[in-house]
Amino acid sequence: MTKTKMEQEPYKNLYLCKRIVQAKLFIDLHYAEDIDLEQIACTAYFSKFHFCRLFKKAYGKTPHHYLTQVRIDNALRLLGQGVPVAEVSFRVGFDSSTSFAALFKKHYGASPSDYRARQLKKQAWLVSNRLRAVPNCFAEAHGWK
Amino acid sequence: MITKVTHMCVYVLDQDSAYDFYVNKLGFKVHTDAPMGPDARWLTVTPPAQPELEITLFLVKEGGVFDAETTRTMRNLVKKGTFGAAVFTCQDLMTTYEELKVKGVEFIKTPTKEFYGYEALFKDDSGNWFSLSQLNPEP
Repeated sequence: MTKTKMEQEPYKNLYLCKRIVQAKLFIDLHYAEDIDLEQIACTAYFSKFHFCRLFKKAYGKTPHHYLTQVRIDNALRLLGQGVPVAEVSFRVGFDSSTSFAALFKKHYGASPSDYRARQLKKQAWLVSNRLRAVPNCFAEAHGWK
Repeated sequence: MITKVTHMCVYVLDQDSAYDFYVNKLGFKVHTDAPMGPDARWLTVTPPAQPELEITLFLVKEGGVFDAETTRTMRNLVKKGTFGAAVFTCQDLMTTYEELKVKGVEFIKTPTKEFYGYEALFKDDSGNWFSLSQLNPEP
């Protein structure tokens, strides 16, 4: 297949790009394990410094910040499902729930237990007020009203 | 004075499959996923960096504004790729393009240079097409 202009010019080395993607997907898959930057850079066959620079150019944050973001995002998902805080902390790759709670609060602005309680309350409210979550025009279009 | 868009609508053929596509492949976040009675579901997702914009994954099925004929026509039009639903942007098109290809997203146009930056086109699991762009920095 003929390469597009973009593939030829700004990414003379498409191979580099594929390796950055490979590292990002490694984080997405292994965020719950005890992984570190060296290991992630190794996955992509880069030196740590070179890897951090390219990763930040592609995704706007360092691999470390991205890993933290993935862990927090998954914690938000699990807490929203009602999973207890200590279990969430373990399932997203933290050794202790204290360090998890501190980092969560720093990123989200509320403690994991407060967030979990609020989400569960919201879901219970939604069950008995389901149409309140839907703009009227959509509810009518669906025939729900 | 109109200020913002809060909801946009994408017509889909199957909500389970759309959930998998938008959440697990595109990386969108679920905003609301709530049953609306025994066989209906209100499902909205948001782009990762734009939590205030809910994209409604609106199932085309008979009921409400869709009579049987309209439902058939709409489902065929969606499947044929008639509708271009939105323009998404990313920081780096080539890495996003490579990642989505690895995840099995079908591209109908590979990245090309345009006057505003770079652009590729992909289809969702129903047939809707989207522009994926990397915009030039502000001058």
